[in-house]
Amino acid sequence: MFKRLAEAGAAVALTVDGKPVRAVSGDTVAAALLAAGIDHCRTTPVTGAPRAPYCLMGICFDCLVTIDGVGSRQACLVPVSEGMKVETQQGKREAGR
Amino acid sequence: MAASDYDVAVVGGGLVGVATAWGLAREGCRVVVLDEGDRAVRASRGNFALVWVQSKGLGLAPYAGWTIRSSNAWAGFAETLKEETGLDVCFQRPGGFHLALSERELEARANNLKRLHNQPGIVDYKTEILDHAQVARMLPDIGPEVAGGSYCPLDGHVNSLRLFRTLHTAINARGVTYLPSHRVENIVKDGAEFRLATAHREIRANRVALAAGNANMHLAPMVGLECPMRPERGQIVVTERLRPFLRHPVVTLRQTDEGTVMIGDSKEERTDPAGLTLGVSATEAERAVRQFPLLANVNVVRTWSAIRVMTRDGFPIYDESESHPGAFTVCCHSGVTLAANHALAIAPMIARGALDKSLVAPFSARRFHVQEAG
Repeated sequence: MFKRLAEAGAAVALTVDGKPVRAVSGDTVAAALLAAGIDHCRTTPVTGAPRAPYCLMGICFDCLVTIDGVGSRQACLVPVSEGMKVETQQGKREAGR
Repeated sequence: MAASDYDVAVVGGGLVGVATAWGLAREGCRVVVLDEGDRAVRASRGNFALVWVQSKGLGLAPYAGWTIRSSNAWAGFAETLKEETGLDVCFQRPGGFHLALSERELEARANNLKRLHNQPGIVDYKTEILDHAQVARMLPDIGPEVAGGSYCPLDGHVNSLRLFRTLHTAINARGVTYLPSHRVENIVKDGAEFRLATAHREIRANRVALAAGNANMHLAPMVGLECPMRPERGQIVVTERLRPFLRHPVVTLRQTDEGTVMIGDSKEERTDPAGLTLGVSATEAERAVRQFPLLANVNVVRTWSAIRVMTRDGFPIYDESESHPGAFTVCCHSGVTLAANHALAIAPMIARGALDKSLVAPFSARRFHVQEAG
């Protein structure tokens, strides 16, 4: 659905739920998820409805994911880095993660 | 005698007022609830939602028995509300804790409970002092700094916003007239009936129940009663929704039925409901993390301050007027805990036209005169 613009940066390798995803230096985690065709990054705590990055500017909190073991990070505000472990979040966050 | 519009006018549409109004309607009374508007300083929208027993009654032993009576009635109260409205207020009574973060705090806690239990006429409510290991068996996520705590099996909690909504739904279904933006400016007794002045119009009723929280201080003298108050401010910190980890409410921290964690039991002698004292929220959060270290990187999604309804000595005031027969005060701090009593015990007394002295005589504001004379 999303296509990258022509200008390319250095490749960055991360994993999403353990699967390798290739991103580009300067991507946010949200951009990397969208570019990889991942259609939702979490389910809501109450109804379990799927959610994906939406506002891409830190307002909507719909792109919450677990990054390197820390839950409920805003994917649109965190730049990708080499070896980063991203996990989609199912329902309520687990305290301590 | 003119036929009044209503049997009882309840002044105040918060938890105390609507619980009382619901109880009155169940007794067959024609009831009107006179409330302020949305901008009212409303404790019922900001409270911590405990149905709490332990610690209640130090300084006034009958308050312990009164609290236990409501705590024991709560499950049936919640069930009846559910039958009438289809709404679940999520009452749970798993027993609750007061946690101590040092041996000194634990000792102070134990001494307080000893003083409470040593009062003549006190009801034993089986609060135990537990050490770290004993607490950890029931609350496995406590941090190493928790020296121990007290546990009372009667303590519980509820979803208080849903309780507020449920009671409003219930009074509506029972035909109670609810009038928001009808702040009562003046009350006079005219023959057998009371005339309550509001900016919109005058309301007439045979009886008046003052359930206006801290505003009772100004309303009570209009009907020959007194209700000395000392409001205080509290702050609450709320986290994002988390998977259930806390089976028992702690007096300063509880996980709601919806997963959020509410933190806070601060007390400030200020009564400005707007704004927060950040140092207070920070202290609450810091103590919460020492109690439960797994909260360390959890996100806070809301904070607020609210004004506590607080009588001068912290105990409830239930009174009936001698100079203005038919006027009653229903005033307390713990509007959630005591909601069952207000609906099931106080309201029937008001419907009959007289308080049951065997139950509520200790809660008359006359106690303040005794203290001042002594």
